[in-house]
Amino acid sequence: MREKIEARAAHSGRGRRARQFLRALFHRKIVLVGSIGTIFFVLIALFAPLVAPYDPNVIDKGAYLLGMSPLHPLGTDLYGRDLFSRLVFGARVSLLTGVTATLIAAAAGSLLGIVAAYYGGIVDKILLRACETLDAIPYIALTMALVAILGNGMLNMAVIMCSTCVPFFVRMMRASVLSILNSDYILAAKLSGQSEWKLWLKHILPNSVSPIIVSATQNVGNTIMMESGLSFLGIGISVPMASWGAIISEARPYLTTHPLYVLAPCACLAALIICLNLFGDGIRDALDPSLRGETA
Amino acid sequence: MVKYISSRIGQMLVTVVLVSFFTYILVDIMPKDPVYALYGPNITQEEYEAGYRALDLDKPLLVRYGMWASKVLRGDWGTSYKHHMQVWKLLAPKIAVTLYLSVLSAIVSFAVGILLGAVTAVKRGKWQDTVLTFLANLCASLPSFVVALGLLYLFCIRSQLLPTSGFTWPWVDFGKHVRQLAMPLFALSLSGVASICRQTRSSMLEVIRQDYIRTARSKGLRERVVIVGHVMRNALVPVITLLGNRLAYFIGGAMFVENVFSIPGTGSLMVQSINFMDVPVIQAFVVLSAVVISLAYLVTDILYVAVDPRISLD
Repeated sequence: MREKIEARAAHSGRGRRARQFLRALFHRKIVLVGSIGTIFFVLIALFAPLVAPYDPNVIDKGAYLLGMSPLHPLGTDLYGRDLFSRLVFGARVSLLTGVTATLIAAAAGSLLGIVAAYYGGIVDKILLRACETLDAIPYIALTMALVAILGNGMLNMAVIMCSTCVPFFVRMMRASVLSILNSDYILAAKLSGQSEWKLWLKHILPNSVSPIIVSATQNVGNTIMMESGLSFLGIGISVPMASWGAIISEARPYLTTHPLYVLAPCACLAALIICLNLFGDGIRDALDPSLRGETA
Repeated sequence: MVKYISSRIGQMLVTVVLVSFFTYILVDIMPKDPVYALYGPNITQEEYEAGYRALDLDKPLLVRYGMWASKVLRGDWGTSYKHHMQVWKLLAPKIAVTLYLSVLSAIVSFAVGILLGAVTAVKRGKWQDTVLTFLANLCASLPSFVVALGLLYLFCIRSQLLPTSGFTWPWVDFGKHVRQLAMPLFALSLSGVASICRQTRSSMLEVIRQDYIRTARSKGLRERVVIVGHVMRNALVPVITLLGNRLAYFIGGAMFVENVFSIPGTGSLMVQSINFMDVPVIQAFVVLSAVVISLAYLVTDILYVAVDPRISLD
C-alpha cells in the first residue's frame, strides 16, 4: 500500500517536489527540532483555553507570588494570577502579532517592490528614498511614536511593527523582480509573443516569490522579539493582554526574590524565537538549491 | 571619488531633512496636548491660550517646521518641557553613553564575529564548525534584554560577581568601568557576534569555491596566505556592508540593555519623553540618531568602494 502511494506521488511532479522539499527541509536534525518546537508553540497558542489550568486574568488576592506547587506549576504573579496560564495565553499574543505583522509587511512590501521594479524611473526613486528614510529612523523611536499616535491594541501593534520591516521587503522584491526581468527566459517569453499579464503572472511573480517566503518566515521571530521588547519597555500591548514582554516587565522587580517569575517568560520567549529561526533557516536552505548539501 | 562622496553626502542630507519633517508631522498628530505637557493639567483657559501661542501652535505646520529647523541649524534644539533645560545639555551626556556602548559592541561583534566565522569556514565540517555554527544559530536572534536578565540573574543574584547596575566612564574609575560594562556589552554584542559569524562563514565558503583560490593553492602558496590574503580579503566585502545596519540595530538594542542595567543612556529618556509628550526631546533624539545612522551608512558605502576595486564610482 505504502509503495503504491509513494509510486503515485513520484509520478505526479508536484508530489515529488513536495517530498523533495520536505526531505531537504528535515535533512538536518536541528531543523526538525526547530519545526517541532514551532508546531508545539502554535498548538499551545491555538488551544490556549484547553491547556491553561486557570483563567489568565483572574486575580486571587490571597495567593500572590507563590512558588512552584502542584496547584500552580510555575507559581503565581504579583496579583495572584497563575503564571503558567498567563504564559500559555502569552504564546497566543506573541505568535498572532508576529504572524500578522509579517503577513502585512510581506504583502505590502512585495506590492510596492513590484511597483518600483515595474515602473522604474521616478516612481522607483521615490519608493527607494522613502525606504531609506524609514530605515534611518531607529526602529524603537519610530515604533514608540506610532504607538503614541495609534494606541497599543494588538492589531495596532502588528501594523506598527510591520512599518519597520516593510522597507526590507520592498527592496528584496524589487531586486528579485529586476533580476528576473533581465534573465534570458523572460526575453524568450517576450519574443514568443506572450502578453504582459501572462508574463507577470506565470513567470515573474512565481519566480520572485520564494525569497519573500524565506524572509517572511525569518521575519516572524524578529517581529515577536520587537513586540516583546516594546512590551518590556512598557509601551507595547497593554495589559490585561498577557504578552510575554509585558509579563517580564511586570516581574522584573522580583528577580532577586522570585527568579522563576522573570526567567520562565524569558525562557519561553527565547525558545520560541530560536525555534522559529531554526525553522526559517531550514526553509531557506530547502528552497535554495545552491545551498543544498552545503550545511550537512 | 570626491564626486561620489559629495553626492552621497548630499543624499544623506536629504534623508535627514526628510526624517526630521516626518518626525515633526508624527509628533504633531500625537493625541496628547503639548501645552498640558509643558504647564501641567491644572491651568485656566487664558493660561492655556497663552501657552498655545507661546508654543506657536496657532501657526501652520510648515511655518512651525521652518522655525524649528532654522533654530536647529543655529544649534538651538529648544527647551525640554519636562526637565526645563536645554535639550542639547540634557541629551549630550546620554547620547555619549549610548553611542559609546553601541560603537564598542559593534567593534566587539565585528572582531569576534569575523574571527569565529573564519574558524568555522576553515574548519568546515569538523567539530569546531559544528559547535560554533550551532551556538551562532541559537544566539543570532535572542532578544538582548532576555540575555541581559539571564546574565543579571547568574552573575549578580546567584554569584554576586559583578555589580548590578550603573555606568562609570573609563577615565573616572577604569576597574569599575570594566566590571559594570562587562554584562551590558556581552548582552548587546551576543546576537551581533552570532550573525556576523554566520555571515562571514557563508561568505568565505562562497569565495573558497572560486577558481582563483584553487590557482593560489596550486601555485604553492601557504594555506595561511591563501586564507588571509585571498579568501578573507574578498569574503569580507559583504560583511563590511553590514556595519551601518548593525550600528542602527545596536543603537536600538542599547535601549533595552540600558533599561535592564540602569545605564543613564538615551533609552529611559526616550520612553519618558514619549510618555510625557516632551516634543523637543523626541525630535532632537530622532533627528540626531538619523544623522548617526546615515553617517554609518555613508562610511560603509565609502568603505565598500574603497575595498572592492570592481565597484565603479558612478
